[in-house]
Parts: sequence; structure tokens; C-alpha cells
Amino acid sequence: MSFVLSVNDQAHIIEDDGETPLLWVLRDRLNLTGTKYGCGIAQCGACTVHLDGQPKRSCSIPLKAATSSQITTIEGAEGEEVTALRNAWGAHDVPQCGFCQSGQIMSAVALLRQNRTPTDTDIDHAMSGNLCRCATYNRIRAAIHDAAAQLGQPA
Amino acid sequence: MTDPAAKTPRFSLTRRRLILGGSLIGGALVVGYVAANPMQVAGAVLQGGGADPDPSAFGPFIRIAADGWVTIVNKQQELGQGIHAGLAAIVAEELDADWDKVRVIDARSNFRAYGVQMTAGSNSIASNWDLMRNAGAAARSMFVGAAARRWDVPVAEIHVRDSVVSHPASNTAATFAELLAEASREKPLQSPVLKQVHDYRLIGSDRVRRKDNLPKSTGAQIYTQDVQRPNMLVAVVAHSPRFGGKLAQFDASDALSVKGVVDVFAIETGVAVLAETTVAAMQGRAALRAEWTDTNAETRSTDDLVQYFRDTAAGGTDVEPSEFQTMGEGYDSPFDGEVAEFSFDFPYLAHAPMETMDCVAEVNGWDVSITSGAHLATIDQVQSALTARTVPGKVDIEVLPSGGSFGRRGNMSSDYLVECVRIAKRVEGRPIKLMWTREDEMASGYYRPMSHHRVWVQLGSDGFPTRWRVHIVCQSLLPVGPNFTATEGIAHSPYFTTASTVDGKIFTPKFPVIVGFWRSVGHSHTAMVMEHVIDQLARRAGRDPADYRRVFYEKAADSRRLAVMEELCRKADWGKPLEAGWARGLAIHEAFGTVVGQVAEVRMMEERPVVRRVISVVDCGIPVSPDQITAQMEGGIGFGLSAALYGEVTLREGLVQEINFRHYPILRMNEMPAVETHIIPSVNKPTGMGEPGVAPIAPAVANAVLALTGRATERLPFLNRAARNSAGFSL
Repeated sequence: MSFVLSVNDQAHIIEDDGETPLLWVLRDRLNLTGTKYGCGIAQCGACTVHLDGQPKRSCSIPLKAATSSQITTIEGAEGEEVTALRNAWGAHDVPQCGFCQSGQIMSAVALLRQNRTPTDTDIDHAMSGNLCRCATYNRIRAAIHDAAAQLGQPA
Repeated sequence: MTDPAAKTPRFSLTRRRLILGGSLIGGALVVGYVAANPMQVAGAVLQGGGADPDPSAFGPFIRIAADGWVTIVNKQQELGQGIHAGLAAIVAEELDADWDKVRVIDARSNFRAYGVQMTAGSNSIASNWDLMRNAGAAARSMFVGAAARRWDVPVAEIHVRDSVVSHPASNTAATFAELLAEASREKPLQSPVLKQVHDYRLIGSDRVRRKDNLPKSTGAQIYTQDVQRPNMLVAVVAHSPRFGGKLAQFDASDALSVKGVVDVFAIETGVAVLAETTVAAMQGRAALRAEWTDTNAETRSTDDLVQYFRDTAAGGTDVEPSEFQTMGEGYDSPFDGEVAEFSFDFPYLAHAPMETMDCVAEVNGWDVSITSGAHLATIDQVQSALTARTVPGKVDIEVLPSGGSFGRRGNMSSDYLVECVRIAKRVEGRPIKLMWTREDEMASGYYRPMSHHRVWVQLGSDGFPTRWRVHIVCQSLLPVGPNFTATEGIAHSPYFTTASTVDGKIFTPKFPVIVGFWRSVGHSHTAMVMEHVIDQLARRAGRDPADYRRVFYEKAADSRRLAVMEELCRKADWGKPLEAGWARGLAIHEAFGTVVGQVAEVRMMEERPVVRRVISVVDCGIPVSPDQITAQMEGGIGFGLSAALYGEVTLREGLVQEINFRHYPILRMNEMPAVETHIIPSVNKPTGMGEPGVAPIAPAVANAVLALTGRATERLPFLNRAARNSAGFSL
């Protein structure tokens, strides 16, 4: 089958089975390898991308279900929230192995776009689907608070 | 003017070039070296073929470019612990380089240039401390020499700071970049004078930061999983579902009919399915029909194994014990007087690094080219060479950072790497990416071994031990030699110092479940045994757990444990009351030369402990990179707490039951306690930090639970299987 997929503001024609998980289309077909395979069952969040701005686990979305959405991967993430989060990630030395961090950033971006003043509980709720085996959680939390402070309230 | 000597590097730390050119590879020449000294043999076998680093006048670890940037070569594997920054900081300190113009690259496997490359035992800083300091200081001496010559002033009057060489008396200065050509012709000092601790400007400061934050927050960092090569095939392998099972027969017809599947064949570890894409390879494997023979396989269930271990500890099986740490007269005679008895059961634990096992390999004749997060690059070279029937020097490994490991990638049989080379050898000339799914990884073994501990302590009238008996049942991580990783953390315990007699016995059963190195290794269970027993003994004696410990540490003259505990009690407000329902638990443990103390603040929510905060103190010698020490403490606590709460791999008739995160939950953000880390100042040689933070957290929590409920913890994890299964996360 042939599908049109919109990824990072670019349209791609994908020849593949419609059941193929979006994750593997991104990685193997489009070489967007910043999105990681971690579990394949939507338990770890390493494959988090945005579908129309919402964080989703790309390992569990079939290609055919993604064709009507604007898909954003870590490579295409941009905007003030992204910049603020990346700066905060660096300032806090958040990553260790770094493998989960694409997914962490994507979940954090979605959080800050919805909520510029997240509480610890808000952060727990938004981020608990993203595993970090290195347990960088406290630094992720601090970095999200910092990024939020840097952004201030939306105008 | 040409200085002929400048053409070849003649750095003091470099290699002895032994002749083993590509055309001379072969048994005879290698065997010819066997009579020489072992390092020569190793050098001869391992060199050649592998990529030579760009020759650098400043030695194998330092390259300085015309723009002044200093590149430091990291010979260890970066698996999250931040070793790239730690080693670079040590070099940069002695070199007096501008840290903001230092970058780090990862070394390929190259014995001749870098010596043994193994990232293990939390020893990367400790084992490279002198090497890296000397490398930096020797390179610095070359700039000093060049400046002294150019300005015609004494060497002793030259200063270096932030990549600028100066002669204050004449108000003259030049950058590394400006002096580069002259410096590269200088002869490095063979025994450069190293800085004193009080002279450090970079080491021990918060300026030592990771250099990989940007690629790791933009998705740009390449891991093995991300490697693409022209003409590459992806391989997945169907393994025996039981440990020790063997392939009986297979039918590949359905697998081969999956679109994109290219080849299916048997290898030593199962059936390899090769395809154009990862998904096709996975689908091909799902369609494969394979039968396995379980004649030599492990078919027991976890309950059977637990019983077998308990029987073994009681002398009820044919497993013969060996002694460890046995001292005193009549250690085998019956106890008399007051005896406290303890029992512990520990489960198998999977590593579950975020990146599953993966490897890219290509075989061309003698040459093997590998890209992987190779943890033990030197061992991996040897194992790959044996598999491909070549010599290790013909195996070139591009060592990538890995998405964690926690010991999984660091095993002496290089299992996943060898599997990839086997497949690549079958399709010579074509790059193969071996991909393991999460299920493959969790069912593959190399687990932290399960173990059973029995402890008997005879107590004197003062409430302190007069005799210890410790029986441990645990598989060995090594095929030969004493089972020392099962007793580390118990052997030479300071808690034995009040006793006149110690009877240590280690029972080492052998059966097919594969065990391996898991972050903190033996300490992952022995710290729990000793620290939880001590709290129970303190309780029995009516003593405060810190006061009780102090008696042992003072008797053992263990000044490091004493200092850590005193600082910990201060920082944790030990002895001051907490709100109702909360309690503190304390644990102090030494692992890999590092002493860590942790106090956990815990409450019970129904039957499970909830940890809100952990206060930690560490003595790891000179703190090279305080922020990374703190990060490893946080990570170690998260890793250890995850295992203590949830970690358990079980078998049902030999089949692994926990094969993904749904049944093997990992600590999530909402469960992560606040962590406070305090570093004891030190002028001692640095020790490791990757693992020592893991071990104390389980006993710290258990000791808090003891304080809250009066109940001892006799098994881990704290949560039973039913409770764990409800812990899985769903959106």
C-alpha cells in the first residue's frame, strides 16, 4: 500500500503495510532515528512523537492511522518551549545514557505547550509514561520547572 | 628545517610497535610470541588491522588542532556514567587546557594505542587516573618547553592557564594554537611533575560538566540501534525459550514468504532471520516454526529453585560449599547462648537498559568490522575473532555510547556481539544489524543471580556478635575460580570485628540459567544482608542503629565509614523525629573502594514502602566531577530502589515470565524520591562511582520499614507479583 505521511512539515510517500508501526517507518524508512525503540508496547515512552501536537507512542500507532495527522519528531521539534527545555537540559546536565531523552523532551514540550506553570503533580502526570533507566527524573523535573520559569506566562 | 624525529610520534606513553602486518597474520607468527612476556603476546595478537588513531605528537589521548581546540580521546565506554567528561577533565587539569575548548571523542578498539579497554568494576576513573594525569602533564611540558625555547627563558618561569602559556616576568604570552608547531617538536617529560590536590582548578569543581548534553537532547546522538549502512540487513534471532535448550528443527517457509525477509538460517544460538527492515525481520521470526529440545534445559520454576537453594544452604543437596572469611577456633562447632537467625531470598534481576542489545558487523575475509556499544572492547575483540576465525587485531570495533548497560553488555562471552559476527560471517561482505527486542533482552539471562543467605549470630551479653556464621547459595558469574562476587561486601566486613569466630560458606550450584554482572554485582544482595542484619541486632540490643554501627567501625578503625556516617547523621537529622507515619532507615556500605551512606525517609502505603527522600554521603576519594558523582548517586538510588520495590525475573517450568516492562516495572518519575548528595572532601586517589550508589538503598528502606512496623524484610522485592502487575503504566 501507498501512504502519504506528513512528518516535520514534509510530505512523504511511504510504500509499506498499513499495520507497520509508525516508529519503524520513521526509523527505517525516513532515517529519523532520534525516535527510539525501547519496548514496542507503549510502556517506556522512548518512541514518543507528536501527532497534531499530542504526545503519542509511535511504536503502537499503525502507519495507516497516522496519515491524517501532522507528525513531529525530535528532529523537527522547534519553538520557544523546545529551546527553553534544551537549554535547561544542558544547564542541569540531565542526560546520562541519553537514550530516553528524545521521548522525555517530546513529552515535556507537550506539557509546557498546555501548561506554562506546571506543578510537580502536573509533571508527574505528564512524564510518568517516559521511563528513564538511569533515573534522571529529578533533573528532568528541575529542568522543566526552569524552562517554565524561563518562558514565563504566555502573552 | 625539518626535524626527522618530529615525523613519528615518540610520546612516552605510546606503543611498542610489534611486527604483525596484514600479510603476516597467521598462526605461526602469533604462536611465536607465546614465549615472550604476556603483554607482548597480547600486543602482538591485538594490534594490527584495527584503526590506528591519527598520529599525534601529544600521545594517543590528546590532539590539539590549529584552532586551539583540544580533543581528548576517551578509551572507556560511555554508557551514561559521564566517563568522557571525567577522563577529559583529568587530562585538561594537568594540561591546563581551556575546558570550554575541550571536546571528547570515543576511541575505537586499539590495544596498541590505549591498552586494555574494559569498562567494568566502577574503575574507569581509578584505573586511568595516573595515565590521564601523566598524559596531560607530559603534553603540557611540551608547550612549556617550546615557550621557554622561543622566549629564551627558564622553564621554571613559565605559567600555563586555560590553554595560554605565559612568562609573567616579561609580560609575554602565547596560546596553545600559536605554539602548536614548536610544541609538537618538543620531547615530552617522561615523568612530569603532577599537580597537588590544592592546585586543582578544574577537578573537583562544578565546571566539569558533560559534553554530550546537546546531541542527547536533540536526537542527534547515534547509538548502535540508529546505525544505517548501504546494503545492510537487519537480523533478529529466534532463541530457545528455555535456558540450555537446543534447536531441534525449523521450517523457514512461512518466514521466507514474509515480504522483505531475505534469508533464514540456523546459528549456534538459534535461528537467524535476515530482512531488509526491522519490522520484516520481526515478522519473519514470528512466522518461523522452530522446535527446541529441552534435554539439557532448565525446566524448573522459581519456587522449585528457591526451595533448592534453601535445601542447599542446609546441606541437603550435593552442592559442596567452599569457605570464605573463615576464622577462629571451632568455627564449625554448635552455637551456644543467645543466637539470632536470619534468612534472605533474592531474585534474578534483568538489566533492562533502555537500548536493547544490538550490534552492526561486517566480515570480509580476515577483517571484521563492528559498531556497537562494546563495554569490554578488548574482550569483545577476542571473542569476535574466535568466532570469525581471525585474530583479534583484525577486528575493528567502533565503540559507540550505549543506551545504558548496567553490566548487560559487559559479559565475558560477548554474547550478542558474537551472535552478530556469526550471522555476518554467513553473509560475508554485507553489513548486518542485529536487533534484539525487549523480550529477547529480558529473557536472555546474564541476570543478577538469585541467592539465598542464612546468617546466624551468637551474641555476647553486651549485645554484640561473638560468632558469625554466613551461608550463601549463589551461582558464580565466572566459569572457573572462587565465587568471590557472591561474597564481596560480606568478606572482610567491619561487623566481624567484635567476633572471635566467623564461619563463611559459599555454595555454588551450577545449572543452565545464565547469570552475569549487574550494576553493583554481589553488593546488590550482600549490602542488604549485612546492613539489615545489623539494624535487627541493634534493635535487639536496644541500641540506636547509628550508635550500634559506630562501635564496630571504631573497633575496625574504619575512619572512612565513621566519617561518612557522622556526616550522614548530621545531614539527615538522624535522631530527630519525623511526622507520624514516617521513619528513617540507615545503611552504610563500601563497594569498589567507595563508601556510601544513605538515609531513606519512608512511610507505608498499605503493604508497600513509599520513599520520599534519600540523603546520601559518599567518600570516593578526590571527587573529579562532583556533578557526575551526584548524578550517579541519583541514578544508583533510582536503579536500586526500582529493583528493591519491583525487580524479579521468575521462571515457570523454565520459561521467563517477565519479558517486558509491563511485568518488570521500572521506577517512574512519580516514584522517584528527592535525593540529596554530600561528598566527603578527600586527597586520596579517586575510586568508582558508577555502582556504589545502588547497594545501600534496599537495606536503608528495609531498615525504615523495620522501624515503622517492627517487621524484618526476608525477601526482595518488597512488592509481590500481583502488586507489581498492577504497577504497570497505561495512558
